[in-house]
Amino acid sequence: MNKIMLKLNLNLREESLIRKLLSPRFFLMITGFVIFLCFWHLSVEVWQLPRFAQLPTLRAVVTEFISTNPIYGVSIFTHELYQHILASCLRVFAAFILATLLGVPLGLFLGWSTKFREYVFPVFEMLRPIPILAWVPLAIVMFTGIETPVIFLAFLGSFFVTALNTMLGVQQIDESYFRAARCLGANSFQVFKHVVIPGAMPFIFTGLQISVGVCWFSLVAAEMVSGQYGLGYIINTSYTNVRYPTIIIGMITLGFIGYITSAMVRSVGKSLMKWRMRELALSEG
Amino acid sequence: MTNSPQTRGQISIKDVVKIYDPEGAAVMAVDHCSLEIAAGEICMIVGPSGCGKTTLLNAIAGFHSINGGSIEMDGQLLCGPGKPQATPGSDRIVVFQNGALFPWKNVIDNLMFGPLMSGKLPFNEIKEKALYMMADAGLSGTENSFPGELSSGVKRRVEIVRALMNDPSVLLLDEPYRALDSLSKSVMHEALLDIYAKNKVTIFFITHDLQEALFLGTKLAIMTTRPCKPKKILTVDIPYPRSYSVVTEKRFRDLMEETSHLVHEEAKKSFAAGEKEG
Amino acid sequence: MFRPIQKFLFNRSSSRGLIAIIIFLLFWEVCSRSGVWFGIPVPWIGKVPAPTAVVHAWIPMLSDSGYWTSWLLSIKRVYIGFIFAMVIGIPFGLLLAINRTAYGLIFPTFEVFRPIPPLAWVPVAIIFWPTNEMSIAFVTFLGAFYTIVINVLGGAQAIDQRFFQAARSMGSSQGDVFKRIVFPAVVPSIAVGASVGMGITWNVVIAAEMISGGGSDGGGKGGGLGFFIWDSYLNNSYDLIVVGMISIGIAGYLSSGLIRIIGDHFTKWTRR
Repeated sequence: MNKIMLKLNLNLREESLIRKLLSPRFFLMITGFVIFLCFWHLSVEVWQLPRFAQLPTLRAVVTEFISTNPIYGVSIFTHELYQHILASCLRVFAAFILATLLGVPLGLFLGWSTKFREYVFPVFEMLRPIPILAWVPLAIVMFTGIETPVIFLAFLGSFFVTALNTMLGVQQIDESYFRAARCLGANSFQVFKHVVIPGAMPFIFTGLQISVGVCWFSLVAAEMVSGQYGLGYIINTSYTNVRYPTIIIGMITLGFIGYITSAMVRSVGKSLMKWRMRELALSEG
Repeated sequence: MTNSPQTRGQISIKDVVKIYDPEGAAVMAVDHCSLEIAAGEICMIVGPSGCGKTTLLNAIAGFHSINGGSIEMDGQLLCGPGKPQATPGSDRIVVFQNGALFPWKNVIDNLMFGPLMSGKLPFNEIKEKALYMMADAGLSGTENSFPGELSSGVKRRVEIVRALMNDPSVLLLDEPYRALDSLSKSVMHEALLDIYAKNKVTIFFITHDLQEALFLGTKLAIMTTRPCKPKKILTVDIPYPRSYSVVTEKRFRDLMEETSHLVHEEAKKSFAAGEKEG
Repeated sequence: MFRPIQKFLFNRSSSRGLIAIIIFLLFWEVCSRSGVWFGIPVPWIGKVPAPTAVVHAWIPMLSDSGYWTSWLLSIKRVYIGFIFAMVIGIPFGLLLAINRTAYGLIFPTFEVFRPIPPLAWVPVAIIFWPTNEMSIAFVTFLGAFYTIVINVLGGAQAIDQRFFQAARSMGSSQGDVFKRIVFPAVVPSIAVGASVGMGITWNVVIAAEMISGGGSDGGGKGGGLGFFIWDSYLNNSYDLIVVGMISIGIAGYLSSGLIRIIGDHFTKWTRR
């Protein structure tokens, strides 16, 4: 292979990309996908195994997905799909931002001040075990309109996760850093700004990644139960209106977007914590 | 530099007692310990693992309270009757065993941290001082590196310089070179003495390495195993500046002979008691 | 007998927690009653049933066998899904951790499926599985499955290489290495995965009960606490909604507690 590389006279970046694409790992990954797709196709359409036969076929889903004039009205070429994606994304965005803006400060204080934690944490822990979806009817009762309950539910899930992880992030900061800061003459506020916040950052971002996932989870559920537009809504109505291929399209879109939002949070975290990236890189090397 | 460094940082430890969990297990860590440290001295505290040396350091720094006795610095009460715990401050700065450089700040930000927090000097002056002290300690070029990218030896030096940036009276060092291999250690020792020569602070240095203690110190306090009190205090009368060749000289070897069996005795007791290192 | 209770009450930190809870309940009561007492209801919270009303509605429930059946149904569903997730997820995770080919082949596909929320699978599950129960079990299984696999993988990959080297130098066989190094090292991760997975499972079960019992599918008496809440809503018994919520919270807390106790038992050696 190296001889071929030399012949092609590539620059370093292109070369490493090609190496990645031709690596055994990449082959395995593609093979895995292909095996899965084959299994889907064979079990549903070709062999028509019991139970599997009722599922939408791979062919139906694909043709529907890429057709300019889909039978059930939703494909990557239709306006409708993007309407739903946008609706869901906007809701997740609003819920996530709200949960982060409220959850991170709460978590920071819970971790930082023992007094505050003794007062507030028990109430927090009483509310947390209630599954987010158990709030659905109450949310519908509390909030008028259709959007607000849905966003509230997505917010709730994210909020608890973010606050909890932030609190844990503060609590795991080594005592020595606090002591060093005090020795060096920092007052409480300065310790908060220079030790607590940066020290908890890795945990905060792990929490945020989980929180995005929880946000989608809660949102989809809420949309399925009560909503208009949105990917959860589309999955549910496609089922009730017997448009099975659209269900799959909705699911795939959800998975794809969920992954992207998670990756976005991860990359923001990486850029804010360059110090950690370098540290991790060195420890592996 | 403000006042003449040799007059600051005198420490009097008088009859200090420290008991952990007084209502429960009542573990006595420090037992009526008394020690005088003159200003500008390098006082080495040698003792077996877990004997309570760190507790003493923490009491001086203000991280732990004491149950009896008193500690004074330059005539001012740090902690004692009526004030069981000292207030941490930049006149007594600790260099921690496992290092406490802020991993999220690069070297120059770490160094400038202390003076910036107290806000007495303008930013540019602080930066200039930091760069100067870095050059002095042989750390030029690492300004923008993060602690995660540096070797242990370099990190220690940065931490010491970070402490010195605040012009402390006392440097409290808690086995700072414990994790280094003996080759790096000898380099660190010479570097420390070099820094000491340029900034005469009082140094309170905890170690379990007798050779390190004799090489660096002006005064040696050999501590008993827990609960700790000084078993023997002696002066190391080898003149400064000391280079590593001093280790092979007769006076050094005599001192080693005088002290090593004492240290070994306490180490055996500590081992038998199953002490976990602090 | 009263000593520990006394100790708890006079302990400063628990008394603070208690005070906060009492203030919270008072605040809730006042806001809920604000419509009646002050004429102007507090927004949002004003519409929530008051704690006193909730307790009032709850007491007759305690002797209603239908209520306790709901408990049992939900708990049953949670544990079925959870146990399947453990039984399939742990070996699956271990396989991926040990065998590189399996990992390369399967993990990317697994990661593609993971962001799809379990509830999005409900329609597919209903189409595929013959009974409603099995659909719920499948969706529940999925929720915990992902978490457990990820945790097992993480735990196995974090094993210090030196343990393997030590074992090899002492002449251990493959099976021995697995039994004595890999397995004990992943047990803590399994415990963590199980705890988190349990929380997710409850969420999914409640949601599934609400969707399949109360959604437009209208599958009749689905039963379970999720259905109980949805049904109360449809019947305008708002007090019972809150009763249901709190019941689920308690049930979930107890389940997580049970899992944590079991997990702690198996990981005694990690604590000094």
